[in-house]
Amino acid sequence: MFDVIIVGSGPAGLTASIYTTRANLKTLIIAGHAWGGQLQLTTLVENYPGFPDGIQGPDLMIAMRKQAERFGPEILDDDLKSADFSKSPFKITVGDKTYEGKSVIIATGADPKMLGIGEEKFMGKGVSTCAVCDGAFFKEKNVIVVGGGDTAMEDSIFLTHFAKTVTVVHRREELRASKIMQDRAKRNPKIKFMINTEVKEVKGDQKVSSAVLLNNKTNKTSDLPIEGVFVAIGHNPNSMNLNGIDLDEMGYVKVQDHMKTNVDGVFVAGDVHDSHYKQAVTAAGYGSAAALEAERWLSE
Amino acid sequence: MADLIFTDQNFEGEVLKSETPVVVDFWAPWCGPCRIVSPVIEELAKEYEGKVKVGKMNVDENHTPNHYGIMSIPSILFFKNGKPVKTMIGAQSKENYKKSVDEVLSS
Repeated sequence: MFDVIIVGSGPAGLTASIYTTRANLKTLIIAGHAWGGQLQLTTLVENYPGFPDGIQGPDLMIAMRKQAERFGPEILDDDLKSADFSKSPFKITVGDKTYEGKSVIIATGADPKMLGIGEEKFMGKGVSTCAVCDGAFFKEKNVIVVGGGDTAMEDSIFLTHFAKTVTVVHRREELRASKIMQDRAKRNPKIKFMINTEVKEVKGDQKVSSAVLLNNKTNKTSDLPIEGVFVAIGHNPNSMNLNGIDLDEMGYVKVQDHMKTNVDGVFVAGDVHDSHYKQAVTAAGYGSAAALEAERWLSE
Repeated sequence: MADLIFTDQNFEGEVLKSETPVVVDFWAPWCGPCRIVSPVIEELAKEYEGKVKVGKMNVDENHTPNHYGIMSIPSILFFKNGKPVKTMIGAQSKENYKKSVDEVLSS
């Protein structure tokens, strides 16, 4: 029996663990098969305090995990299969084993959203949600980045190190990205912008060869020859398998006051509930808050 | 056998002409998910020692990845009798990798 089971191993989950283990709570982390969360898919993180020169996303996660491991949680690098939140102790099933926890912190984060136009069949053949992983395979090729947020800007800038041209395709008039990221992208001579433009289809035989684009102002369709499609249109919260936990219409876990879910003893932290800030540092902050709440709840 | 490194030079002998099926982990040091997968692949190497050859190839240092159309890493390719019979893209669970190895072994 664990005092706390933490589901997730991004900044929220690992920070929560640092707090619960240091409070002498017996802690299990269900880290997932791809532990570390979204920062594993990034390069230089410049807005996480404490690193004056920035830090590589994967390095930050390795450091966080080491720090968490120092205080002795059990860690399973496997995925949550199902959960029974009907009453404490809660039952969390991973593979064919079930673990019991007096309390649970849900910190499952969010995964990249796809376009939903059947482009998944080209994953690994030109379609990617990880510019950092796959950019190097697009040397001297023409690629598009779909999206208008910080991730899209960051991916575009990164891809200019390899690609011949990078075209940002964004369905709205205005980019969502922060000013500093927009400016960096706009200053880059290799990056072009197509606004008010939607990707309708990704075409190709074995590999991606073009994308069908619709300008939603002029209603004109065009077929742009490209070999890479990098999808950066945001994330979906990982809230499946959370039976009994209230979600909002977008699938985010509903938070009551102080990181509580609708189930007494089950807390939430990070991108699985936060559709608003979505920062590594806010996720870490929520992780610490959820851990403090769990600690308080257990002592009552 | 855990640290078997494939290169353009040894690929034919070690992979294509291998008597046993071969699992090749295409990776690069700059890829976060590759760093998650690497230790899992090393565990597979131990668990399947003698039955399956398991090793990795750095995509930055070799041309072989182009030949197999690798456009995303980590990519895990399964070779049998000199031919790629299965590809797994992105970080996946150990259970999934084991399932694939077992499939390739029994096919």
